Amino acid sequence: MTVTLFIPCFVDLCYPQVGISMVRILEKLGHKVVCPEAPACCGQPAFNTGYWHESRAVAVKVLKQLQDAEVVAIASGSCGAMIKVFYPELFAGTEHEALARSLAPRCYEFSDLLVSKLGVTDLGARFPHKVTFHDGCHSLRELHIHDAPRRLLAKVRDLELVEMRETVCCGFGGTFSAKFPAISTAMGEVKISLAEQTQAEYIVSNDSSCLMHIQGLMDRQHKPTKTIHLAEILAPS
Amino acid sequence: MSDPATSAPGQSGGETTAARQAIFARIREALAVAPSAGHGVGALATSVVEVLPAVGATFAEQVALFSRNAQDLRAEFKQVAGFPELVQELQQLAGEAGWHRLATHAGTLTDAIAPALSLPVLRVDGGVDAAELERCDVGLTECDALVAQTGSVLVTSRSAGGRALSVLPPHHVVLARADQLVAGLPDAFALLEAKYAAGYPSMISFITGPSRTGDIERILVLGAHGPKRLTVLMVGGEN
Amino acid sequence: MSTAAVQFKSDAARLAADLRHRALIHTALSKYEVKRDEMKARFQDWQGARTLAAARKQEAVNHLDQYLEQFVRGLEARGTKVHWAGNAQRARDIIVDIVKARNARLIVKSKAMTAEEIHLNEALEHAGFEVVETDLGEFIIQLRGEAPYHIVFPAMHLLRGEIRQTFAEKLHDAPSDNPEELTMVARRVLRQKYMQADVGITGANFAVAETGMVSVTENEGNARLTAALPRTMITLLGIEKVVPRLADLALFLPMLATVGAGQLISGYNTMYGGPRQPGEADGPEEFHVVLLDNNRTALLADAEQREALHCIRCGACLNVCPIYRNVGGHTYNTTYPGPIGGVITPHLRGLQEWKHLSYASSLCGACAEACPVKIALHHHLLRNRRNSAAARPSFWQKLAFKAFAPVANHRSLWKLVTKGGRLGQRLHPLIKATPLDPARAWTRTRDLPPIARQSFKEWWQTRL
Repeated sequence: MTVTLFIPCFVDLCYPQVGISMVRILEKLGHKVVCPEAPACCGQPAFNTGYWHESRAVAVKVLKQLQDAEVVAIASGSCGAMIKVFYPELFAGTEHEALARSLAPRCYEFSDLLVSKLGVTDLGARFPHKVTFHDGCHSLRELHIHDAPRRLLAKVRDLELVEMRETVCCGFGGTFSAKFPAISTAMGEVKISLAEQTQAEYIVSNDSSCLMHIQGLMDRQHKPTKTIHLAEILAPS
Repeated sequence: MSDPATSAPGQSGGETTAARQAIFARIREALAVAPSAGHGVGALATSVVEVLPAVGATFAEQVALFSRNAQDLRAEFKQVAGFPELVQELQQLAGEAGWHRLATHAGTLTDAIAPALSLPVLRVDGGVDAAELERCDVGLTECDALVAQTGSVLVTSRSAGGRALSVLPPHHVVLARADQLVAGLPDAFALLEAKYAAGYPSMISFITGPSRTGDIERILVLGAHGPKRLTVLMVGGEN
Repeated sequence: MSTAAVQFKSDAARLAADLRHRALIHTALSKYEVKRDEMKARFQDWQGARTLAAARKQEAVNHLDQYLEQFVRGLEARGTKVHWAGNAQRARDIIVDIVKARNARLIVKSKAMTAEEIHLNEALEHAGFEVVETDLGEFIIQLRGEAPYHIVFPAMHLLRGEIRQTFAEKLHDAPSDNPEELTMVARRVLRQKYMQADVGITGANFAVAETGMVSVTENEGNARLTAALPRTMITLLGIEKVVPRLADLALFLPMLATVGAGQLISGYNTMYGGPRQPGEADGPEEFHVVLLDNNRTALLADAEQREALHCIRCGACLNVCPIYRNVGGHTYNTTYPGPIGGVITPHLRGLQEWKHLSYASSLCGACAEACPVKIALHHHLLRNRRNSAAARPSFWQKLAFKAFAPVANHRSLWKLVTKGGRLGQRLHPLIKATPLDPARAWTRTRDLPPIARQSFKEWWQTRL
């Protein structure tokens, strides 16, 4: 299979290892990986802020980049939700609506791609640490991804997964984190507290934007827990 | 459809009619556009009975379910074999609870029971004097049904002596026959529709447990305004 | 930003940092959560129940004219007087007129969010009547002069000591801070009020079209007494409360109780269809039903967001909302807080003035998941944002997003951003979290992630 990568702007700049991990995993499984050279933003910031016209200006580029893709692997659940769930609404009534609708079923958040599309759960990975999993809200509630990451983690050797007592938003929410920073911070503190209660060394997620917020808060508060993207755990070393 | 311009009984005239017409005009204009599709309502393969809590198939299961639910919610429930046992039970209750004055309404069960208790009885059928009712320790009523699914007592202003009798006195005692037990809420509503087809009473009430509140730190307190105690006595059926 | 938005942001920031408040709300809701989940599990098919409930409400709201007409016919056939209030002022005037016409002095009231919405108590007191709230939580906050904190638990934010203090000050009767003793004080005081009241005012949870009845859900019995003893009964409700059939309550009553309060069914669920009927022992001589529009028809006209009118006011969305849980009910400063408040307040009270409630959300979707009638609340918040930006775009935000497009779309510009970003990060510590820092909304409490020495696209280039 030829898998086209969608690497969102912040993953490109700050978390390239997530993308690199995805490439290594897919190539090990024998798939051809392609990635458009041009940058990409799914358009969610403008969309979430209500500027749908401006959102379309960047999103249409993504549509064009991905239009011929056989299968698209998306590095983050929130971008995945934007493309799969919201593009049809964003482009409704425009010339690109049909393309948006045709693209949606070909797109997969990464863990969903591995488990649902490629039928793989065991990547031969090893990660001898205690971890807890943070479900990004877009992954969980827009894409309905919950079991896939856990099935993948279950096959990682020497890894111990402990669930947090509650499932709750980390407080990132995209532009929300800048518009309502106090509330965003409070929500992040609640999430960190739940993670600390599990005594996990790592908070794992399928969404780097959540991890960016959680890690940023933990760094400022000098908390020892680390964050890591699911793909990094699964990648061959 | 009725003509909005007609002044039906109860309407107070021109201004109400104009206001009514204005609101209906706005509603009709709004509804001229159909709602956007895709709000996730989905196919209606199931029925209400299939989604609500399970109710058991036999009378014995349903009595047990009613009993569990009622008691979870701090109502007292007792089954007695017949009238003599019912009288005995009530006499015991009267003694234990220290009843001095009982309020009740006319009914097959209440008429048979009330005289046997040797207590002054206030009858509400001719009208309720709130101050008089307030001096009563217990309101004794019949009911329309007992609902196993929720542990509820179904009363109406026609079956239970009006509105205040089942809520003002601090102890509400319900007399029910075994054949009044219904499995679930859908059955209770079907019963109401069948029984009152000719005209509904002005009040229908599902009572589940004594009065309660959790408004102070979520701590459960009984007897907030309504009865502190609810006792349900069922006559007949298997013991 | 509107005045309401400025106030919201300020209150939110203060309360979000208040750890005592955070713990209080968490504790207040934790018992409810356990019971709620227990009751949901008792349903044979909770998700199926949601689908059915959503369908019933969809039918009701999309045929609102027919069902309202049926509802009113049934009521009027039993001698009920039905009134129509286009807006809050009309509703207040109608109710004040009824009370005056009945020569009343004392009014007892059971909990009604619609009455809060129209500020009914103020109007009645201004007209010289005494109004007493009978729901314990509402009674307490009325004594304290506060607004309700939550649509189901109005006094959720108060500790027993505070309530004891209030009773001591206002009632001169506060034996201890034991909840049972405090409740009995309220019971004693209110009992007299029920007996003396001339008018009883209630809200309603549902309007049953088929049989012409209002349905009132409660646990304390205060609404039952409000509807039993006074000579005049008034029920105020929004026009959207309609459900088609009496039997629909078999579904709605347990669902409302389950997610609203963690009970399988509430203590008293009562349907009222008229004043005292011939042959009945008691009941009000007059029964008035006041139907309120107050911009509900405006929301009805929005075909995309009409389903927000399906709301049964259970409060489930508030209880799961991480924003509500961190800022609390008073911060919203409007009748309906939480996610449902964020969706409908811009429609009921003005988009530009109240859009901040739609923006104050991370769009996590917990609300939509919790909603018993499957309203896609988080998506409606997005649409409110779209509508408000389209109607009145912010110059700077529009510019920023416009400027971002070429950068996001072109390799050479993105390369510049990548390199410029690395340089900027080296200099950033000089201004981090200071007024000069453009990223201070973030950096006040969080560190920024470092821009990698080699971006993904740069690494990808090396492989080609």
